[in-house]
Amino acid sequence: MLEQQFGMTVDTRTCVGCAACVIACKTENRLAEGYVRNWITTQTRGRFPELVMTIRSERCNHCRSAACVRACPTGASHYAAGGTVQVTGSKCTGCKACMAACPYDARYVDEQSGTVDKCTFCNHRTSRGMATTACQEVCPTRSIVFGDLNDPDSEISHLLAQRDWYTLKPDAGTRPSHYFLK
Amino acid sequence: MEATSTRANPLVDPGLTIWNQDVAIYLFLGGIVAGVMILSGAMRLWYKQEEPSLALRLLPWGNLALISIGMFCLFLDLENRFNSWRFYLVFKAYSPMSWGAWVLLLVYPVSAHMAWAETPAHWRETVLRKVPLLRPWGEWSVRARRNFAALSIVSGSVLGIYTGILLGAMPSRPFWNSSLLGPLFLVSGVSTGAAFMLLFRLNQGERRFLGFLDFLLILAELGIIALWIIGMAAGGEASLQALKLIFGGPYTAAFWSLVIALGLVTPAIAEFIEYKHRAIPGRGAALLVLGGGFALRWIMVYAGQHSGWASEASAGLF
Amino acid sequence: MERREFLKIGGAGAAGSVLLGGLGTDWFGSYGDEIKDPGSDGEKIVPSFCELCFWKCGILAHVRNGRVTKITGNPKHPLSRGRLCPRGAGGTGLLYDPDRLQQPLVRVGKRGQQKFEAVSWDTALDEVAEGFEKIRRQHGPEHLALFYHGFGANWMKHLFKAYGSPNISAPSYAQCRGPRDVGFDLTFGSGVGSPENTDMANTRCLVLIGNHLGENMHNTQVQDFSEAIRNRADLIVVDPRFSVAASKARYWLPIRPGSDLALLLAWAHVLVHEGGYDRETVNQHGYGFDAFREHLKSHTPEWAYPRTGIKPAVIRETAALMAGAAPRAIVHPGRHVTWYGDDTQRSRMIALVNALLGSWGRRGGFLVPSQVELADYPMPEIRKNGLQPADRPAASQYPLADTVLAQGLCNATIPGYHDYDLKGWMVYGSNLPTTLPDPRKTYEAIRKLDFLVTIDVLPAEICGWSDVVLPECTYLERCDDLHNPYYKEPYVAVRQKVVEPLHQTKPGWWIARELADRLGLEQFFPWKDSEEYAMERAHGAGLDCETLRRDGVATGVSPPTCVEDGLRPEFWTDSGKIEFYSNRLQQAGFDPMPVYTDHGDPPAGYFRLLFGRTPTHTFGRTTNNRLLSETFKGNEVWLNAETARLRGLKHGEQVYLQNQDGVRSSFSAPLKVTERIRPDAVFLVHGYGRKARELRFAFGRGIDSAELVTQAKVDPIMGGTGMNVNFVAILRAEDVEEVA
Repeated sequence: MLEQQFGMTVDTRTCVGCAACVIACKTENRLAEGYVRNWITTQTRGRFPELVMTIRSERCNHCRSAACVRACPTGASHYAAGGTVQVTGSKCTGCKACMAACPYDARYVDEQSGTVDKCTFCNHRTSRGMATTACQEVCPTRSIVFGDLNDPDSEISHLLAQRDWYTLKPDAGTRPSHYFLK
Repeated sequence: MEATSTRANPLVDPGLTIWNQDVAIYLFLGGIVAGVMILSGAMRLWYKQEEPSLALRLLPWGNLALISIGMFCLFLDLENRFNSWRFYLVFKAYSPMSWGAWVLLLVYPVSAHMAWAETPAHWRETVLRKVPLLRPWGEWSVRARRNFAALSIVSGSVLGIYTGILLGAMPSRPFWNSSLLGPLFLVSGVSTGAAFMLLFRLNQGERRFLGFLDFLLILAELGIIALWIIGMAAGGEASLQALKLIFGGPYTAAFWSLVIALGLVTPAIAEFIEYKHRAIPGRGAALLVLGGGFALRWIMVYAGQHSGWASEASAGLF
Repeated sequence: MERREFLKIGGAGAAGSVLLGGLGTDWFGSYGDEIKDPGSDGEKIVPSFCELCFWKCGILAHVRNGRVTKITGNPKHPLSRGRLCPRGAGGTGLLYDPDRLQQPLVRVGKRGQQKFEAVSWDTALDEVAEGFEKIRRQHGPEHLALFYHGFGANWMKHLFKAYGSPNISAPSYAQCRGPRDVGFDLTFGSGVGSPENTDMANTRCLVLIGNHLGENMHNTQVQDFSEAIRNRADLIVVDPRFSVAASKARYWLPIRPGSDLALLLAWAHVLVHEGGYDRETVNQHGYGFDAFREHLKSHTPEWAYPRTGIKPAVIRETAALMAGAAPRAIVHPGRHVTWYGDDTQRSRMIALVNALLGSWGRRGGFLVPSQVELADYPMPEIRKNGLQPADRPAASQYPLADTVLAQGLCNATIPGYHDYDLKGWMVYGSNLPTTLPDPRKTYEAIRKLDFLVTIDVLPAEICGWSDVVLPECTYLERCDDLHNPYYKEPYVAVRQKVVEPLHQTKPGWWIARELADRLGLEQFFPWKDSEEYAMERAHGAGLDCETLRRDGVATGVSPPTCVEDGLRPEFWTDSGKIEFYSNRLQQAGFDPMPVYTDHGDPPAGYFRLLFGRTPTHTFGRTTNNRLLSETFKGNEVWLNAETARLRGLKHGEQVYLQNQDGVRSSFSAPLKVTERIRPDAVFLVHGYGRKARELRFAFGRGIDSAELVTQAKVDPIMGGTGMNVNFVAILRAEDVEEVA
């Protein structure tokens, strides 16, 4: 049995970019006004009327070779059980080296605590045995799937085996656990 | 390519603005301190032409002041200052920020020893008479002054290189992501350190030495900058995008005028003329070097945050 | 493991211990990692249904320390299936909106001066009752009109019926969905309803005409839409704009605005004259097909090409795609369809193409839904008053309108429109100035009123023009009537109170009953409260109230919804068949089969104004919701990139819009220079540019499309107001502000 390695897929074919994931994340994690942990990116290529558009729900990629963890001087940013990248707020000085290091700009400074924060892959849910993150749970198009990449029978493993996919900025060398299905 | 994002986090969007003038000032002062540590250590060990001037002997005290100001700036930059002590519960070898935190701890005692050991003997004696408790340490440090001079060169070099690596070790920011940033910031630090020293009342020999040394350092710095630019130009899409920040982008004018023309080329010419004509280097060129050194760090800090990985270039999305 | 293990020199403690005098590694738990639980899970979870839009998805509201922390989808509810759209998830943004109406207000200055005094509920209700009473005494109860939107309006509608006014109207008919249901009803004998009876999840081919699913976020529809994409259904999107749906499509037809009917006729032509239509369905259920065939003869793809800009080959390919998928093919009827004034005919043509595909009553086509029957709460019968509604100047006008027209009631307030004039309005949850076309006319009508009372949650523009403003509590703070729509899986849902009403707000049922008491109509409100009312109705229908309360929903058993399940299709038209030729239309003086009319092109220097939605907003109802605005902060003016380049307009620069009547937008918005729209049109997300200062977040944000809709082409068949007939010019903000 391999250790768990949590990951996420977003199906860009079905994602309509409605941002239900963003709002659900905000209420689930009780984020302050003006801050988000996930977001919608759209990219349109071509000239009218020959156009191609990709829509993605994005968040922290929970990289397996995380630049943020390397940059952190205090060990606040760390790998947690399930291979996710987490921040221990009580260790964070707010030096922001991790934010400079993250190629995805997935992190922010929480205005109240002054500590850096980001998507936790809903660690507080999954560590209680829940199968879904808040963004996955709400997603009306069922585009978001969270699961164990090391479990060959998980839905996410099947999706990655059957579908063509990509990760963001792969040449940044971060080895994301967050995949986008083509 | 049209791209939109719904994210609008403070300090992050539309471009990163996490580090501001506090960090630029810190890097600038850190560079000067590194330079003064190296130069004062080196001059203690190897500069034997004449008796050191009073200014040169007192400069390490200035170092302590500068590093304190620098650290205060860094402290100001922290978003969660109550946790600053967390830097000193762990050493993270991959984290330049951690290196920096610990190096600063090394810089303080070394600079303090240097400063004490270089202080004229009668002043030291006055102090030791008033605080006899310090006597064993006070006398030991003077005996070990050559060791401290060597240590000063080493820790100054680490500090100087670290200020560059802090930025250079960020693969996420192609504008910074070069191992040349370490030597660049070191050389620039020593150059600004020399310039800083030249602001004080050194004797003629010291001035000539530092003036010519600064000329050489500027040449080296221009060389490293050239290599750094070549490195980016020879890089991938992300690097090319980053290079545009100083080639047509928003930082072009500032970089080429403040850093290259005014901060490096002009003082280099002045220092070379001074050297050629055996003139005593004045303060004008030094001020330009200091201005250029600050501009370099300022632009580095701000422009680097604007550079990133062009998603479409690297993801092969379509 | 690929994960890098980090070198901790001296186990972190060594360095620390030297400097901090033996401070060990685990002191203060400094090396324990902790990831905090945000604590949003409810101590109490209350099932209810949403009111951020009008789809009515089932929700679970989490309550902790008396606050609603989050809202999730109710897995048992057929419309949400455990999932929500962003608006549903952002309901707390409405509940805790700092700009909410907090107490009853009574006007003190002149009407429209927006000066109010906060009063007690008793004072406010007395004032309203007095206003109503005065109108009843002086003119008769018909002179009072109710405009409404939203589920909570049921109580007000009941109050108005009891009071004796037939003038009850929702703008969701003539300003939105009406033409579609009339068009389908004329063809199949049944409208498409809400939720629409399309079976998108099982379709093989889906055609969307101007319907921007994905940006228009009716939860279940979008769920089914994504299911269609997952099942690799062929998607054909007809839209002047490269919508989100278009980006998912196999074919995007960037049609010339206003020419959809030509495309539909050409599709029908191809299906009928070049083969591919469902002969069996037509032979078995069709009425007047021969005439229809003849009518289509001239409407070739080549005829349509110059009108629509869609190449004949593409028209043929897409028609073949539909025919290949039939009967599992849907040409979607759309939802907001009041565009050009011939919308009933266009909708009817959509119905007819579906008829040719044989998709009515078929899996993957249109299902025949059913409803859970509920018992009425026992109460005295309301006797109908004699007078007809005032919304139409004469009975012959808009003969096929099957409900009271909202803009008609507005018109009837201005003397001379109808036999009698309206003297008072109650407006429930409907911001008329941004809803009805030509707000100038709406304000003119308001000035003529003797009395205007609004019931709302937020201080919308209409509140500022009212005599009395009654602050209703939100859907999370009240119990309402039961909801039992026609749906493929029939169900009954209950809206339950999640938290006590904030501020001094009150639920609509209470307001209605208090007014009834004051108007001597208490016999029509014999129940204790809405909860008792709802439970009595459920109980009367044989439902278990406890289960209903616990689950928030009770599902019924559905009869067959499609032929595949054993449905025998019935058509409630005059002929009992699918009417390709409509005698009803012919007798009423209209074209019995849809005829294309051209809606012209914008004059030089102008663009056709198109408007629509963004997923996070239900037009102006939600634009003040700060939580929902996290992802969409204000609207932009979409302009074709090439057009912008030719005119020297830059992406992101602030612009005003000015329409053909010289009406200029009150505020500016940034220009979105994009390839995603035709050169002859601009697009705005509607609901922005709010003018009510009390909406502190939404005020002045972006451009209000509604204020630029000063022209509307009224559908002669049913009175729908076609609003895509306005043209705008783009003015740079710097030029405008310089002049000012």
